[in-house]
Amino acid sequence: MISLLRRPRGGVYPDNRKARTRTLPVWNAAVPPRSVVPLLQHAGDASIPVVRVGDRVREGMLIGRAAGTMGANVHAPVPGIVTGLRTLTLADGRRCEAFVIDLEGEFDRLGKHTDPYDWDRASVRELLRRIGDCGVVGMSGSGIPVHRKYRLPRGKEVDHLIVNGIENEPYLSADYRLMVEMTDGVLEGTRIAERILKPLRVTIAVQADSTAAASGLRQRIRERGLGYAVRCLPRNYPQGDEKLLARAITGREVPTERSTVEIGVMVSSVATVHAVFEAVAYEKPSIERVLTLSGGALRTPANVKARIGTPVADLIAECGGFAAMPEKVVIGGPMMGYAIADVSTPVTKGTTAVLALTTREIHHGSETPCIRCGRCVRACPVGLEPTLLYKMLEHHEYVEARDTGLFDCIECGCCGFTCPAHIPLVEGIKNGKNAARTAKERS
Amino acid sequence: MSDLHSAPGSARVTLTQTAAPQFHERISTQSIMWTVCAALLPAAMWGCYVYGFAALLVLATALFASVATEVLITRSHKTLCDGSAVLTGLLLGMMMPPTAPWYVVVTAAVFAIGVVKWSFGGLGSNWMNPALAGRVFVQFSWSGPMTRWVMPRTLDVDSVAAATPLSLVQNAVNAGDLLLTGASDYLSGIGFPRSALDSGVTEWLNHNLLARVSVHLPPGYVDPFVGNVPGSLGEGSALLLLLGTVVLFGKRIITWEIPTAFFCGFAGLTWLLGGVPYGSGLFSGDVLFHLVSGSAILVMFYVATDPVTSPMTTAGMLVFGAGAGIIAFLIRAFGGAPEGAALALLFMNACTPIINRVVRPRRFGYRMGSSR
Ligand code: SF4
Ligand code: SF4
Repeated sequence: MISLLRRPRGGVYPDNRKARTRTLPVWNAAVPPRSVVPLLQHAGDASIPVVRVGDRVREGMLIGRAAGTMGANVHAPVPGIVTGLRTLTLADGRRCEAFVIDLEGEFDRLGKHTDPYDWDRASVRELLRRIGDCGVVGMSGSGIPVHRKYRLPRGKEVDHLIVNGIENEPYLSADYRLMVEMTDGVLEGTRIAERILKPLRVTIAVQADSTAAASGLRQRIRERGLGYAVRCLPRNYPQGDEKLLARAITGREVPTERSTVEIGVMVSSVATVHAVFEAVAYEKPSIERVLTLSGGALRTPANVKARIGTPVADLIAECGGFAAMPEKVVIGGPMMGYAIADVSTPVTKGTTAVLALTTREIHHGSETPCIRCGRCVRACPVGLEPTLLYKMLEHHEYVEARDTGLFDCIECGCCGFTCPAHIPLVEGIKNGKNAARTAKERS
Repeated sequence: MSDLHSAPGSARVTLTQTAAPQFHERISTQSIMWTVCAALLPAAMWGCYVYGFAALLVLATALFASVATEVLITRSHKTLCDGSAVLTGLLLGMMMPPTAPWYVVVTAAVFAIGVVKWSFGGLGSNWMNPALAGRVFVQFSWSGPMTRWVMPRTLDVDSVAAATPLSLVQNAVNAGDLLLTGASDYLSGIGFPRSALDSGVTEWLNHNLLARVSVHLPPGYVDPFVGNVPGSLGEGSALLLLLGTVVLFGKRIITWEIPTAFFCGFAGLTWLLGGVPYGSGLFSGDVLFHLVSGSAILVMFYVATDPVTSPMTTAGMLVFGAGAGIIAFLIRAFGGAPEGAALALLFMNACTPIINRVVRPRRFGYRMGSSR
């Protein structure tokens, strides 16, 4: 089989659609009178509840303890009374328990100033402990607990730390605002990560059109005498994917089914390092995050800092409600996000955006037979042949699909986005992965 | 508060729940097919204008027969909406001689839609371009009517019967004449009609543009470029066909790979070897003449780029295009038929499944000796 010697290219160029929110400063969303806090907001197992219905909780109090290797602590985002523990379907389809907390009482943190912890002299162990205690997870959707991710396997070293400010999903501008408005927080967080991982080089990657963020970062880096590089990468979706970004910056390619640590690279998003900074410097648990509210159906788009557990409906109402009939409400970006059926779904640690999209924005089309145009093949950034995979999975040929790279799919959505026949390629591949895993377990 | 229906300005909403991606590129099978039809239309209309009412009839017959066959086979009009049957009909009509008898056109359409397209399961399952296969099928079945041409009305001559420039040159070569001066001078020599437009534009070009780069363009290229020559109904006007491709490239419906590779294979070989049959040696081929004459432009930009019958990867498309270009040249220069592009492409259509199997994209994460 002749494989092309060049790198797989691919990727797509969806409309940016960030103009409506890019210039809007982040404001604080109202604290929800009733929060719904899922015990599963991370990659691993659901946390173990440590409070009971009827208990009074304080702001930032531990309510769910990390379980398993990929678990993370969950804290009460608001002070109040726990009024329920109910089962919830998360946006991504996973089901878990969630505490319902009715707001009541004093805020311990809100509006209060504390001096930052002098972490420069703390041990790496202490830094990781603080991050773990605060329940910081990958804030751009991965949900991997940071204290696990930063604890390198024995014998592995990271020589290049990449802080990911690419944010190349359309509509999203929360990371951009974070870099512009909280430049120092991002840089402090980067310093903490640098302290833990001891890389030789640190690069902050941003999209080429994020000029304000890049120049702001460069200026502060120069003023503070930090040796970080800021790299602007051309706009090509999914440049922000960890492995693709690692290759774009270092030229190294992660071997199949491995992580970037394998090639000595650690990638963390700007939102994650900012959360690390707040956790380490102020022992602030992961109870709020910056997210973008946008989409053609929303009356006033915004970038807001919202408490974890805030129902999406509250945020939409705070943005003036719908100006047009939404066809979908999406949690996350339009390429990889999830459409929700129920707007009472709460914001979680990994919620980068809430988008209310109109019919006109989504260009829906009806499914027709595959015309073998190869657009999906040319769009796939990891060099797969989605049309082939889809057909194999339709015929339950899991072994063949695995050999054709089923598990190398990063679920970026490019193939489904560009398919003129509107075939649900990504859905087919995602379901296929699950079916292939089950089939393997059974055999 | 969390009751959305009390949110200002919101009516009761029903949300669609779908898997990612949540939005789509502004493209669909239908939009591709109909846009290609629209891009072809100017050239088709030009053909109907210059070759007269007979041409219009041929075009209408091809369209009607294709659509009727599609409806008869699928027993519904649903698949018509995707535009592929209309596109096949249009392409087929455009590849026909303007005087083709109705039964030839109908046979071609029935063969294209009924046999080539639907016997394999309809749009997306055929491995040959239906219009192309239909055209080649009747070419071999009725070679007489398929080589009967008319003079365009834009040429000021009385004769009705005519021959295409390509076939005249081919005959001369077969008869052993050495066309040392090149195809276009040969045609001038035998008194092939030229329009005033040709001499006017050629003179203007020579005077104003080409003189600066010290190139001299002989007369006889502008006519085939704008479509002032006898030929197939819609292949004549390279100009209008090229205009149509601007839309297709702009909307990313076709990409550069296949046309470019076709061009390089075809033009490169024509330049290198095209002079050999004329007896003028290597590196003397008349590239321009071969590009603007016959079906080269239509095939290169509109038929070779058919998504269904061309390879999927960039590299595969390059192989495919180059192969078609090279074979098209070989048939034109050394084969029996004056026109080679259609047959060449049909051959490469048949090779597409093999190309797809052999030329695969390189997968991420499998680089030999990668890591550090
Ligand atoms: S979703 Fe998977 S198969 Fe589709 S383009 Fe992305 S990586 Fe390739
Ligand atoms: S993009 Fe869609 S129609 Fe084209 S080959 Fe892939 S699956 Fe088939």
